[in-house]
Amino acid sequence: MALAVEVRGLKKHYRGGDIPAVDGVDIGTSEGEYLVLLGPSGCGKTTLLRTIAGLEEATEGEVLIGGNVVNGLPPRARQVAMVFQSYALYPHKTVMDNITFPLKAQKISKEERERSALWAAERLGIEQLLDRKPRHLSGGERQRVALARALVREPSVFLLDEPLSNLDAKLRTAARDELKEFQRRVGTTTIYVTHDQVEAMGLGDRIAVMYAGKVRQVGRPREVYEDPEDTFVATFLGSPPMNLVSRGDHLLGFRPESFLPEELVPGDGNRMVAELAVGRIEYLSGDRHVYGTVKGIGEETRVIARLPATVSTPIEIDETRRFAVHERDLRFFDADSGTRTTPRPVHA
Amino acid sequence: MTPPSVEAAESGAATARPPAPPDAGAARARLADRESVLAPLFLLPTVVYIIGLVIVPFFLAIAFSFTDVTAGDPSLDWVGFDNFNAILHDSVFWESLKNSVVFTVITVALTLVLAKALALILVADFRFKYLVRFLVLLPWTTPIALAAVAWLWMLDSTYSPIDWVLRQLGLLSGNTVWLGRDHLAQASVIAVQTWRIVPLAAVIVMAGLMSIPQDIHDAASIDGAGFWRRLWEITIPLNLPVLAVAGLFGAIMTFTDMTVVYILTKGGPANATQVLPSYAFFKSIDGGDLAQGAAIALFLFPLLLVGVVAILRAVRRMETM
Repeated sequence: MALAVEVRGLKKHYRGGDIPAVDGVDIGTSEGEYLVLLGPSGCGKTTLLRTIAGLEEATEGEVLIGGNVVNGLPPRARQVAMVFQSYALYPHKTVMDNITFPLKAQKISKEERERSALWAAERLGIEQLLDRKPRHLSGGERQRVALARALVREPSVFLLDEPLSNLDAKLRTAARDELKEFQRRVGTTTIYVTHDQVEAMGLGDRIAVMYAGKVRQVGRPREVYEDPEDTFVATFLGSPPMNLVSRGDHLLGFRPESFLPEELVPGDGNRMVAELAVGRIEYLSGDRHVYGTVKGIGEETRVIARLPATVSTPIEIDETRRFAVHERDLRFFDADSGTRTTPRPVHA
Repeated sequence: MTPPSVEAAESGAATARPPAPPDAGAARARLADRESVLAPLFLLPTVVYIIGLVIVPFFLAIAFSFTDVTAGDPSLDWVGFDNFNAILHDSVFWESLKNSVVFTVITVALTLVLAKALALILVADFRFKYLVRFLVLLPWTTPIALAAVAWLWMLDSTYSPIDWVLRQLGLLSGNTVWLGRDHLAQASVIAVQTWRIVPLAAVIVMAGLMSIPQDIHDAASIDGAGFWRRLWEITIPLNLPVLAVAGLFGAIMTFTDMTVVYILTKGGPANATQVLPSYAFFKSIDGGDLAQGAAIALFLFPLLLVGVVAILRAVRRMETM
């Protein structure tokens, strides 16, 4: 079966820019999938989304929607709907007129348009707002209007560009739940751009981590978190990020939550023990983040250990204590390329 | 005093500055912070200018219009509404009023359409766009009197280059005599007024266009709207307040201008292009009848007032959409 959306060898070079915004991306999403493009600002994720939408023309490579190459087709011929970071509601039109606008362009009768708009508005619980102008709506309501406007055309793909970043923190959590629930209900293939790893982890069926115009890794949230393919993915995901300790030709990586006081890591031959000189302790949501310098397993490096609230082991600042990591939680990266490499023995 | 000691004294003064007691510099700084002093001071030139060149002449015109003052007899003798009575029975006055209104309406309409089209071209991203923007603005930077003289040559009855081009293309034999025939002369005045105002209007409209977020245009593209639907349903409605302002500028500039008429046609042929400002000028300065000239000029005021209030209200209504 054809993929819902596929890009092949996609490159996008802006005029006047010296480096490509998107630098050779191959990625596909299957029908009904929720794919999240995750990366820091300027990594090319929004450009990739805009190129799929047809708002940017690819410099090289192909964009396929429903198995057909759509390069050169204008956005309206691509059967996509997009929700913008700013929502981009038409400020001079009522909510009803905003939602029916895409249908108007399809020359659908007024009656039919309003029936569809009502249907979309009901799905998002905004049917009481239809007569209002966007500036009389709250951030959350605007976001739903933008979603309703996207939904009303029954597109084959939703493209969402950081739709939650203009909401305050509390609303964002609620809106994230709603978005996920909404997509599950309508079942439309969705490509979602964000720089927020919490959103990505929570929403995505799969996550594509992007950096410098390239996709560094694609996988289910658990995969990209637990088995990062390179040091960028390892340190971009996770808060605090993965600890990396340099050991000659390779780097040793372990997540802060698997770096625990020795007595809490069972097993003898299958764990790595190291001395941690504790420098600072932070209490965050019940967890203890222990900052210190690790010795004896490679270069002395500043690392972080995250002790869950259930661990009550007393730890003092300035003490040196034995910490350990289970071998299955160790990751190895090439020192030069930063890519994943084969496990090495850790016992000196 | 030798140079080294001067240096020493200067550096000494510099290092001594931080702990220094309030000196002249500190007093100056305090003056610069006192808005109650500075605000009237900075406003003063503008106030003097407006009083001297706008308010005094305005009340003088009102005073003149109720007297029999002429260039030859500057004494002010009260005549009541005689001047207004006279001009209301003057067919040239009515012709001028009609021309003023018609020229203004057509000029503003043409200006808005052309400025909008030009602005859409100017906001587009293409090579040499800054050069093109610069060239578009040039007519506006030319003093109108000089530009009108240039147009006078362009529209000359014998040597008009426009006629020459038309003749070369075989579209014309002989001469058009642009300024010698009623409708052609009127069209010429309107064309020059439009030519003069379009650049400014285009830049105003362009600023308005650039203030519409790109996301809105992108959203409309995604929503399936082609160029014309985007233009009529998105760009023009969002641009309306700015278009209204551009139209207001154009209307006032056209309605109050006499330079173009004065230089191109002197109001002719046979008052076909006479407008209120030029007629007031010819009556009062050339004809010496200051009182009647003032009465004619005063007719501009209520018309402008109505126009300004109407457009400002329209703008406010659109802002509260």
